[in-house]
Amino acid sequence: MQSPISSNDAAMSQAIGHGDGHGHGHGEHPDLRMLGFTLFLISEGMLFVGLFVAYLTYRAAAPAWPPAGTPELEKILPAIFTVILVASSGVIMLAERALKHGDMGQFRLFWLLTTAMGTIFVAGQAYEWMHLEFGLKDGLFGGTFYVLTGFHGMHVIIGLLLQAVVFFRSFKTNHYTPASHFGVGASSLYWHFVDVVWIFLFALLYII
Amino acid sequence: MVETTQQSVEQRQPEPLGDWRCYFSFCVDHKVIGIQYLVTTFFFYLLGGALAMVIRAELMTPGAELDRSLYNGVFTIHATIMIFLWIIPTLAGFGNFLVPLMIGARDMAFPRLNALSFWMIPPGGLLLLSSFFVQSGAAGAGWTSYPPLSTQQVQVGDLLVTNFGQVIWIASVVFLGTSSILAALNFIVTIVAMRTEGMELFRMPLFCWATLTASCITLLGTPVLAGAVILLAFDLLLGTVFFNPTGGGDPVVYQHMFWFYSHPAVYIMVLPAMGIISEVLPVFSRKPIFGYKAIAISSMGIAVLGFLVWAHHMFTSGTPDWLRMFFMVTSFLIAVPTGIKVFSWLGTIWGGKLELSSAMLFAMGFVSMFVVGGLSGIMLASVPVDIHVHDTYFVVAHLHYVLFGGSVFAIYAGLYYWFPKMTGRLLNETWGKIHFALTFIGFNLCFLPMHQLGLQGMPRRVAEYAEQFQSLNVLVSIGGFLLGISTLPFLFNAIYSWLWGPKAPANPWRALTLEWTTASPPPVENFEYLPVVTAGPYEYGTVGSSPEGDTPTAISQPKS
Ligand code: HEM
Ligand SMILES: [Cu+2]
Repeated sequence: MQSPISSNDAAMSQAIGHGDGHGHGHGEHPDLRMLGFTLFLISEGMLFVGLFVAYLTYRAAAPAWPPAGTPELEKILPAIFTVILVASSGVIMLAERALKHGDMGQFRLFWLLTTAMGTIFVAGQAYEWMHLEFGLKDGLFGGTFYVLTGFHGMHVIIGLLLQAVVFFRSFKTNHYTPASHFGVGASSLYWHFVDVVWIFLFALLYII
Repeated sequence: MVETTQQSVEQRQPEPLGDWRCYFSFCVDHKVIGIQYLVTTFFFYLLGGALAMVIRAELMTPGAELDRSLYNGVFTIHATIMIFLWIIPTLAGFGNFLVPLMIGARDMAFPRLNALSFWMIPPGGLLLLSSFFVQSGAAGAGWTSYPPLSTQQVQVGDLLVTNFGQVIWIASVVFLGTSSILAALNFIVTIVAMRTEGMELFRMPLFCWATLTASCITLLGTPVLAGAVILLAFDLLLGTVFFNPTGGGDPVVYQHMFWFYSHPAVYIMVLPAMGIISEVLPVFSRKPIFGYKAIAISSMGIAVLGFLVWAHHMFTSGTPDWLRMFFMVTSFLIAVPTGIKVFSWLGTIWGGKLELSSAMLFAMGFVSMFVVGGLSGIMLASVPVDIHVHDTYFVVAHLHYVLFGGSVFAIYAGLYYWFPKMTGRLLNETWGKIHFALTFIGFNLCFLPMHQLGLQGMPRRVAEYAEQFQSLNVLVSIGGFLLGISTLPFLFNAIYSWLWGPKAPANPWRALTLEWTTASPPPVENFEYLPVVTAGPYEYGTVGSSPEGDTPTAISQPKS
């Protein structure tokens, strides 16, 4: 019998080391977690697709949209907040680039800026919600508006929490390195996802 | 050289997968998780079966013995358990145990996520069951939970109360759905990225193909179901009007969203089952599988078409004619890839040296019963027939031929086939055959007459029926009780053999897929050396096979 060569040993000991706090995927398969996370987001995306299609169905069947008596939605303010959210997607990319260059200071700066812009978006939405003249129970118009924006807003808030976690972890030495930073990559991808969903949502609710 | 390395794997002491306590903990080994899935879901299967016994006892007589809303709860929870806590997760259990072994990996891609998706199941199940004890009673609108029935308040004594049973149902379906999405993404990543050297996609065992396809469906379909039931929850709890026509909403939108998931879900429940069959048939026919690529690719065809047929459940929901036509034709089309599979299986056993083991009997039972279910499915897909038998027992007969005659038979085939690998012990074949005979007879006695009842117009989901249906119903109930009894020999066999059965060799069936090249049960890291695959998985009785039988062509040897 031949003796196992070292590469096998390494693979095996990793498999045996199940409980040691490092799941599989570290080191040997650096990309798998990103792949898994992307699949998760595709699945999340289907949730929104389902809700969007339901919304379009309601609209197509409704005699008037918004229904008689309900004023048109105010567009200027939401448009401004939309620009801020979309721009924050660019800022988070700057943060990632800084990290890849190993510049942690700049990374934290851009990262924090992203979080700030996201927070402004949420605050803006809260403001809008408080000043609308219709409520959740006001027919399909109110129901779909609040459920869609609410679902999306929840995702934004989750994205902000992820960013906060990453921010604090970035102070641990070598937690994120230019070569390995799954947490950063994932929360950034999530942020782009939230952003793209909003672009569709904005188009559906405010423009068409 | 191949011989010696082969032996060294067999002689290797299987490393104990921890003691029994490990099965009650957050263990991250895919084999432990697979067994946790299988045992837990079997437990739920027994509960769902007990509810079925209640249904059949009630239907022995035309009158209503049970409280009517309790009866509604019983058949609703029966169906919900069978789908979300038995068939779907138990197939994920097979996937967990088998996929890494079959593709030559040491574990799933995300072991801890894997443990998490299992540990969501017991609480999800208990939550569902708890709904029997809330004031409003369990959800009673069927597993489809159509509004407005599901969003109405329920009468308790003189009070009208919110339907909390329905709220619990929604919560538990979302919870269990999340678990299956997480499991699905784990399967996809594992199969795409963790195959061993030489394991090309078209050398994968067909079970892996099936799991891959079913996982894609889960990933894309389940969120839409979640969306539907979440909107339902809003209607129920917060007074929105999404599905409430008095406020401008539309209950049919719910039906679309529900069936957009739930028709593809029948493929989540049957594709992995078909994968099991594609493993079992060639081994016990000692022939290569017929049409390997055709079977693999037809799964994909079924998955894609499966997303285009959902409104065949809604022919009587006011669906316009042109749409009915569209969905009728797409539904018929699904018969093509399905037929390809069935003929491939027949081609596999045709002229083979059949060994009628319990696993093989259940596999052949699957093929024949599934064909019956498929034929009644084609009938239901044609609009004129469906309008006649919609919501009658014909539908109940159909769905049980595919779900029980299909999925459950395949699950049993898989359990008999892989039990030695999972536990390191052999099951008793005599008891296995008794189990098969009882199941087969009970099944047909129970569900065949339902076709007739349906054609005569007996409606489903009601506790009372007209006198003229009684004799057939008694027959059905006797079949049902026989089915209930039929699980006893299996339970006895499984428990006894697990504890005291004869020790299983590494490869009792002389099979060629990779899981049989390692010890029974496999050691913690699955393989001593990661195997290098040199040929397809089903080369039975072909070049190079010795007179004693086939030796795995996929060899375990150190890489150099
Ligand atoms: C001993 C075996 C079983 C018996 C006797 C049985 C009996 C029944 C009966 C009588 C109903 C009709 C309820 C009604 O519409 O009035 C029913 C419904 C149903 N059963 Fe089963 N069943 C069995 C096993 C299974 C299995 C293994 C599955 C799934 C894999 C399953 C899935 C369903 C589903 C989906 C429904 C539809 C419920 C609804 O109306 O929403 N059953 N069962
Ligand atoms: Cu269907």
